[in-house]
This record gives sequence, structure tokens and C-alpha cells, in this order.
Amino acid sequence: MADGERGDSIVKGFALTSVFWLIVGLLVGLWLAAEMIFPALNLAPWLSFGRLRVVHTNGLVYGFAIPGIIACSYYMVEKLTRSPLAFPGLARFQLWLFNVAIALAALSLFAGMNTSKEYSELEWPLDVVVVVLWVMFAVVVMGTLVRRREKQMYVSLWFLIACVVTVAVVYILNNLAVPVSWNKSYSAYAGVNDANVQWWFGHNAVASVFTFPILAMFYYFLPKSTGVPIYSHRLSIIAFWSLVFGYLWTGAHHLMLTPLPEWIQTVALAFSMFLIAPSWGSVVNGYYTMGGNWGEVKSNYLTKFFLLGITFYGLQTVQGPTQALRSLTGFLHYTEYIPGHVHMGTMGWVTMVISASMYFVVARVSGGEVYSVKLANVHFWLILVGQLLFTVTLWVAGIVQGAMWKATNADGSLTYSFLDSVAAMYPFWSVRLLGGLLYFAGIAVFAYNLYMTSRPKMQAA
Amino acid sequence: MSIYDKPVPFAILAVAVISVGTLVTTFIPMFFPSTQPVSPLVKPYTAPEVEGRDIYLREGCNNCHTQTVRPLRTEVARYGDYSKPEEFAYDRPFLWGSRRTGPDLARLGGKYPDAWHYRHMTSPQGMFEKSNMPAYPWLAKARLDTSLTARKVKVLGYGYDGAEVSRQLAALRQTVTSPGYASASVRSQVTPEPLRGELTELDAIVAYMQRLGRDLKTAQRGAGGPAVAEAAEGKNPFAGDRAAEEEGERTFKENCRSCHGEKGAGGFGPKLSLKAHKFGNADADLFASVAEGRPGGMPAFLPQLGKDRVWKVVAYIRRLERE
Repeated sequence: MADGERGDSIVKGFALTSVFWLIVGLLVGLWLAAEMIFPALNLAPWLSFGRLRVVHTNGLVYGFAIPGIIACSYYMVEKLTRSPLAFPGLARFQLWLFNVAIALAALSLFAGMNTSKEYSELEWPLDVVVVVLWVMFAVVVMGTLVRRREKQMYVSLWFLIACVVTVAVVYILNNLAVPVSWNKSYSAYAGVNDANVQWWFGHNAVASVFTFPILAMFYYFLPKSTGVPIYSHRLSIIAFWSLVFGYLWTGAHHLMLTPLPEWIQTVALAFSMFLIAPSWGSVVNGYYTMGGNWGEVKSNYLTKFFLLGITFYGLQTVQGPTQALRSLTGFLHYTEYIPGHVHMGTMGWVTMVISASMYFVVARVSGGEVYSVKLANVHFWLILVGQLLFTVTLWVAGIVQGAMWKATNADGSLTYSFLDSVAAMYPFWSVRLLGGLLYFAGIAVFAYNLYMTSRPKMQAA
Repeated sequence: MSIYDKPVPFAILAVAVISVGTLVTTFIPMFFPSTQPVSPLVKPYTAPEVEGRDIYLREGCNNCHTQTVRPLRTEVARYGDYSKPEEFAYDRPFLWGSRRTGPDLARLGGKYPDAWHYRHMTSPQGMFEKSNMPAYPWLAKARLDTSLTARKVKVLGYGYDGAEVSRQLAALRQTVTSPGYASASVRSQVTPEPLRGELTELDAIVAYMQRLGRDLKTAQRGAGGPAVAEAAEGKNPFAGDRAAEEEGERTFKENCRSCHGEKGAGGFGPKLSLKAHKFGNADADLFASVAEGRPGGMPAFLPQLGKDRVWKVVAYIRRLERE
């Protein structure tokens, strides 16, 4: 079918875009990890840590995760509606515009044009482009859904719709600003309100980019790759609505013990605890889907990505709320523990699920099988070990750092200067860099394997 | 018929569901007095401070430094009084940050003299060997672009006009380029010759850092606390104690040497290895200087070091006098 083939090349285009920016974002991450240990590596203004960290986070959220999500979404939408992608011309233009926008975004952040609001640092002209790209995504997805031939919408499509609307709402509202010039603007909100809006965004960007669409993939590709239907439809209904409802209350757990009104912090904390239940609803649903059939993990190369991924999601969604508890946040917040937490989610859950989904999707749209199962296994083990080394090291580092900041002498004075706590971090930072290198090696294998899978089959033969 | 086979109503329902928490925790409180408190003590940033703050944003300083002190005992001891909501009334965007790779900066203003910042920003490792802060030498080599300053102040609604902006910029330029400026020699060392008579980006960011958290701090100055009053009564309990002097020396190397020089030979701060001190020669005077700080850039060390270690530093200073 002609329409289907057009959809296939768009899916492939977004998948390769995603992997390209993944490599770029991780190289920047490795450079940052090295700068922590060797400050002399801040060689030039555009290579200095403060600018580069923003390139790393934005590069991986907007350059890797979003196109990966778009690739898998277009594929899932076509299959689950049994209809070709609506507006393929628009989707093709979106792919082109997307790459131009990400390149400009990276350049502008290197140049120091940033609003400082975490994960939405892009200045206003690029914000406008991001919104346009997202509207295109919404039009293609909703257009295909409206024209679908399959009556019922599967749970993956609900998560996809939630992703489409939530990203739009939080991104636009957090980025409201008054321009001063073409590359400079000031936030529409001030002080406490700006903080509250920012972390309402920050947390729900995590929800709508790193949770909803990744769960959509999990609910679709785990049954697809194992041939077993999802364990409980009812559980997925309950988990979906309570997750989507609960998430939006929790942003202020990033602002515990700050000047934000205390009741907002407490409400956020209560809902964070509540969110453990729907999060684990999906975890349990995934485990039960395997139905004790754990041999799949050995025989099917994709299953282990999904199961380890959902396991890290489960750990992540318990660790997050607990570290927001007032007594623990007083100890752990602002330390290395928090980057440790974030990287379990991104390197464990998000990347595991996206990369496995992309093997499946790219193999299908290229009309064959994955290039090498053996390489996929090497990829799996390298990113698993690299991620664990990275995150566990940072958790321990964070606990050490928190303890040093809190240590007091008998007379109430502080035992350690701030510099003592920096000096204590160097060994941890070295191990973290090693973990990052292992992880990067795994991703390099993934990129090669996926590229080879995507090549037209006449050449491969 | 169910919501699961109607995509558009489903999307509308999803928006309604996400709106509940959004409205209750974020958008309705936006109009409460508690999220937009004001204080007559907290003033808008001046024009050079606005430019300095924008350089802080451009360089992404907020990626490693927070600007909010939490109401925790050790945090107050390390950084100063905990942050109040009204202190951020003019912050667009807010800069509380999320990670302390470097220390919190909410109470940085007035803690050190300008010279400290000029040296530190251009060579952090020159002052603290184990620091991993990037050096920012290019800030001293860039003339401050003030073409948009008046527009920025207008957008921010700080309530003063273009003429006032020019006046404030000229005043800072006058201050930092005059030969009598207390930090003149370090500034000239780090600023290339052609720019020494101009405002640089470094001048602006130093002005901004010197402002941080200062409005309420200034209002609270002079509260010495019981330890200082107690010290005024007595002599150093560690006077002449060899071991205490050695511990004082270690504390001195970590906390005092970067300003007062090796063995108190002098630097940004006065020379200490002499008999006549700037703020008096009694034990109690030295204790008060170290404990609660002095105007012009001497920070207060009592909360961080505690009474005993302050006395031990005083004992070490006495040894320097003898040597």
C-alpha cells in the first residue's frame, strides 16, 4: 500500500534522527563528566560547563527522546488503527523541520542564548518552532485516529493522546515570556510563581515525555514482541487515569523547603506518594503479562529490554517520591543523589524501552529482521552495566555529600567546608565517567546495529 | 459506545483531567498574596545588576549554584539566613537552581570584596586548588553591551527610566575605573589594557553577585549574638596553647589564606602578621572580626566554625604576630 510505504520512510527518518542526536547528546555528556574532574577542559565559552549542560539535557530530551517517540508513535498509530498515516506530506515536512530546529537549538544554547528554566531553556523564537512541530505531530496523530478503521483505541493510544495534550499545555504555559529582542526574553512570572510554574512544567515534562509515551511503547511492543496479550485491561484503565490525574499535582516536590508556600509542597508530596500506586499498576501488569514465562528473557532478545526497563521504572517511581520526603530532601536534595535518580530513569527505563522499540520498528519498516541479535545483546549488557555503575556511584556520592554538608561538631559548628565536600567527590566522579563510557559504548553498538537494520535489503543481500 | 472509541472527546477529557491539579497547585495560588509577597526592604535590581544577571543566565551559572537557603540549621550556618519569598519579587526568571556542584549563592552579596571575585572568576583554581569551577577569563575581555539595558529595565517593570539607566551605568563605571577603587589593582591585572577604562562583562556580574541576598541582610546587620558579647568579657581560652595554635593554623589555611595570604602576609585582606590590627588589638576585637565579620568584605565565620575554632584562629594570629 502506497500510503503505508510513505509512513514507513517517515518512521525510519525519525528513528535515525533520534539515534544521531542520542550520540551527540551523550558525547556532550561525557565531556561534561570529564569537566567535573578536570576543570581545565572548559576550553572555550561554548565548551564551558554551564552552557554545555543545557546542550546535553535539551539534546537528549528534544533530540533523542522526542523523535524516538514520534517514530514509534507513527508506527503504533498506523498498526493500531489499521489505517495509513494521515497527512504524510505534513509528517515528512515535520521531519525536515525537526532536524533544522534541533541543529539551531544546539547552536543557540552553545552561544548562551537560554532562559535558564530547566529543560525549557530555548529562547522564544525556537519555542515557537517547537510548538509548531508539536502541533504537526498532534494533527498527524489525531487525524489518523479520526480516520481509523479499528473501532476500539488500545491503551497505548490513550497514553499517546495524554502525551500530545500534556506536552502542549505545560510547554506553552511555562515558556510564556516577554521578548526584549529576537534572542532574549524575560519570564512572564516572577520569583515564587516562576519557580512553581517551572517545576510544574519540569515534573510534567518528565511525565509526558519520559512516562506516557514510553508506557505506550511498553504496552504495545512487549505483547507484540512476545506474542502474549497484556495481562489486565482493567488495571491499565485504572493506572492510566490515576496517573494522568495525579501527576499534575506533584511539581512542587522539586521545591521542598524553599520559600514556596508550605501547603503547595505538602500537597505535592501527598500526591507523589499516591503516584506510586498507578506507576506500579503498569509494572505489575508488565510482570503478569510474562505470566511466569521468564524463559522469554533468554530466547527473545527484546523481552529483557522491556522487563529491565519496566523494573527501572518501578524503582524510579518509588525512589522519586521517597527522596521528596521532608527529612530526606533536606539531606539529599542538591547533592549528586538527584542526578543519580534522573539517570536511572533516562538511561535505564527510557532508553531501554525506546531502543528495543526501535529495533522492532526499524526491522519491520525495512522489511526484514534486526541486523544482529548478538550485537543487540552486547548493546543491552553494556548499557545495563554502564547505567548501574553510573547511578549507584552517584547515589553513594550524594549520601556522602549530604552527610558532609550536615556534619557538625559538638559546639554546633560545621565539620566540613564546602570545598572539603567537593574534594571528596573526585573519586566518585571518575567512576561515573567510567560508567558513562561503558554506556556510550553500548549506545554506539546500538546505533551501528540499527543503521545496518535500516539499510535497504537489496544491498544487504 | 465508550470514551475509548472517540479520540477527540478523549483528548478533551484528558485536558480536563490534567487541569485539576494544575489549577489547584499552580494557577489559582498564583494570585494569592503568599506567592507574590513584597517588602519595602527589597528593591529592584540596578541597571548594571540586570546586565550582570543576564550574563549569569547566559553562562548557565544556575546549573551548578543554587540561590535559596533552606531553613535547616546547618544550611543557615553555612550560607546565612534562610531565604524569604519576598526576596525574589524582582527575579524574572527565578534562579533557585536544583544542584549544588558549587555552593549556594543566595547570601553571597557583600561576603567578599570585589577583588576576591575578580581573581576568583578568572582563576578559581589559583585560589582554591581543589575547586572544579570553570574559569571565566573571557568576561574580563568583553566590553559590556548596554544597548538593550533600558529596554530590559522597561520590560522588567523596575520603575526607572532610560536616563536613570545611563546614570547608574556611568556611576558603576566611575567607581570601578577610579584609581581609588579598593579592588583597582586586581581588576587591572585581569582586565586587558584597552578595556580598563570601560565597563566589562566581569564588572557587571561582580556587581550582580555583590547584590545577592543583601537587602534583608543589611537590615539585620549588627546582631552579634551572645558569643561575641561573651568574648568581650574575657580572654582567649586557648592563649599560648601550642596544639590549639596548630589547629588554628589548619583552619586559617582553609578559610583565611585565600584573602589574608600565606602566614597572614596580606592579600585582598589586611596583613595580620603585625601587632597593630585594623579593628583593635584586644582578643575580643580579633574574635569579633572573625566571628561576625567587618564591613568591606570580611565574612562572618562564627556560624560555620563555632566559638572554639574562632578562638584557635585568634591564637594562631597571635603566633603570627610573635613570628
